[in-house]
Amino acid sequence: MTGHANAGRPNQLLRNLQSKIATIPMILTAVVIFLGGTLWTVFYSFTNSKLLPRLSFVGLDQYERLWAAPRWLISIQNLAIYGVFSLIFSLVIGFLLAALMDQKIRFENTFRTIFLYPFALSFIVTGLVWQWILNPEFGIQSVIRSLGWSSFAFDPLYNPSIVIYGILIAALWQGTGLVMCLMLAGLRGIDEDIWKASRVDGIPMWKTYLFIVIPMMRAVFITTLVIIASGIVRVYDLVVAQTSGGPGIASEVPAKYVYDYMFQAQNLGQGFAASTMMLLTVAIIVVPWAYLEFGGRKRG
Amino acid sequence: MKLRLLAAALAATVVLPLGMANAADLEVTHWWTSGGEAAAVAELAKAFDATGNKWVDGAIAGSGGTARPIMVSRITGGDPMGATQFNHGRQAEELVQAGLMRDLTDVATKEHWKDIIKPASLLDSCTIDGKIYCAPVNIHSWQWLWLSNAAFKTAGIEVPKNWDEFVASAPALEKAGIVPLAVGGQPWQSAGAFDVLMVAIAGKDTFNKVFGDKDEAVAAGPEIAKVFKAADDARKMSKGSNVQDWNQATNLVITGKAGGQIMGDWAQGEFQLAGQKAGTDYTCLPGLGVNEIISTGGDAFYFPLLKDEEKSNAQEVLASTLLNPKTQVAFNLKKGSLPVRGDVDLAAANDCMKKGLEILAKGNVIQGTDQLLSADSQKQKEDLFSEFFANASMTPEDAQKRFADIIASAD
Repeated sequence: MTGHANAGRPNQLLRNLQSKIATIPMILTAVVIFLGGTLWTVFYSFTNSKLLPRLSFVGLDQYERLWAAPRWLISIQNLAIYGVFSLIFSLVIGFLLAALMDQKIRFENTFRTIFLYPFALSFIVTGLVWQWILNPEFGIQSVIRSLGWSSFAFDPLYNPSIVIYGILIAALWQGTGLVMCLMLAGLRGIDEDIWKASRVDGIPMWKTYLFIVIPMMRAVFITTLVIIASGIVRVYDLVVAQTSGGPGIASEVPAKYVYDYMFQAQNLGQGFAASTMMLLTVAIIVVPWAYLEFGGRKRG
Repeated sequence: MKLRLLAAALAATVVLPLGMANAADLEVTHWWTSGGEAAAVAELAKAFDATGNKWVDGAIAGSGGTARPIMVSRITGGDPMGATQFNHGRQAEELVQAGLMRDLTDVATKEHWKDIIKPASLLDSCTIDGKIYCAPVNIHSWQWLWLSNAAFKTAGIEVPKNWDEFVASAPALEKAGIVPLAVGGQPWQSAGAFDVLMVAIAGKDTFNKVFGDKDEAVAAGPEIAKVFKAADDARKMSKGSNVQDWNQATNLVITGKAGGQIMGDWAQGEFQLAGQKAGTDYTCLPGLGVNEIISTGGDAFYFPLLKDEEKSNAQEVLASTLLNPKTQVAFNLKKGSLPVRGDVDLAAANDCMKKGLEILAKGNVIQGTDQLLSADSQKQKEDLFSEFFANASMTPEDAQKRFADIIASAD
């Protein structure tokens, strides 16, 4: 996009005409597919569509059934636990790794590659790998038992009350590398003079990080937050690969509920109602934030 | 195991574009991927290839729950295959109503399907508004308890003859380090096991009242309470069978690591593939040895409406091949299921299949839950029972209450 300045013609519509034409397909995609699809989904969530969409309205019945379903309530609870912990841990671990990496250590490239490597794997592969590692018969438990500690028990994937943490471990293993890289990029963007100044003033390193560097990295943190948060809401494949929602329904997540009811149960209406609730949850979090971020004051 | 299934799925996607080259090639999708099932489906392919057409295998790994959405979305999305497996009953109901499936009435009348298919309820499940839309290929019954003779020998006790003896033998099995009852983690397995218990303990009439008439009062009543009590026993006995797929659970029985498994007669194909013999290596108890009644659900092939004329002709050929007496025998022997025609000779059948044929001849049959309930109600039931079997703190009373709610809103 070279900005052809059409000097002398003040017509607003024709300014940067080429780039405007070039963005038409993207605008159409956004409006028709994203917005159109969303509205269509919300609209049909008030019908009793089964395998195929059909227009017979049932009001809020689908939502009443949804909020009475134990599986949906467990899904929401799991997403909350998974969401809070994965947000906290990936930010904290990611930042710590980046800060350690920033100490001008040797073999930094090697370490960076090792930490980022899991991110190159899909969630399906990650899930299968961790399914094996956490399997009591071949994984950690059997290794430690074979070393002599025969009463050792560690089988999160087969224990309904802690299974979601088994999934969390796999998600953190896969995702923190990326957070570390983003943080590292942010740390590298901090002017060297700031460090020199704080050293002259005799401020301890941890205080410099906490009170000077982190506030300066606000933009990086927000980017990271958005990336992690969007990953949390749509978590699906990891659960499918690791536990298929089991044992029982103890590790179900909302996205899986949507898929199962839309396609396995052949009940589109129920699936649409669930996905509308997911959209609503995201909107409740994103809208106030976007308003604060972009609406209030103009930032450079 | 997983890798092999994955490879099969990948292979299926590779074969797909090649299949388009020749007009008489017919892509057939199904979810028969375990060892015994794959051997059986190869028989169908062989018979179809012998007619000069070509069977392009589209196996989808991961059992029906994974495969059906893929099939349905291909048909509704405008990329139909030549033919596809469903459990006949209500799974494809809406596809037929939307006019996406082919009417097979002509082939059926020409070949007298009405006279040869036994029991008649099989063809009824294929019939919508007087037209026939699918070709049934086998009868599968859920009501079997498979027992490992070796496991009971290790525990030093007799092989049980019915469900109550089996429950009583559980402590001895556990003492010998054997899991009494193998139940896979997939939701349909625990839901199916419950249906089996219901027929065995509460009987045929109660089963029909609950699933046929959707009678909420019966579902909340004392008869079903007994069934939940038995399900509670089954839950305790299944503790420790940490497997997902049904054939992994069957494998626990084959290797003597588990005492038994409640599973449909498709499990028989696995025993056969492992070289085990009915009666000496394993024991089968139809109706859990209590009520010798079997359900007559099963698999059927549906044919999406195609524009290509040559392919449409090939569909007709396939439909009649599937019901050919020879194909029926070859396929069902490998699959461990019963043939849909009453007039074929199954001399080569093993003890368990003969027991099944006998019950079928006596007419002690019920309809399968796939035929009676919609996919939606089935799914809700699966959610309930997979939770019940995994969560020891859920009481049978609570579960029964939720079960009655599902039946009340079932369609």
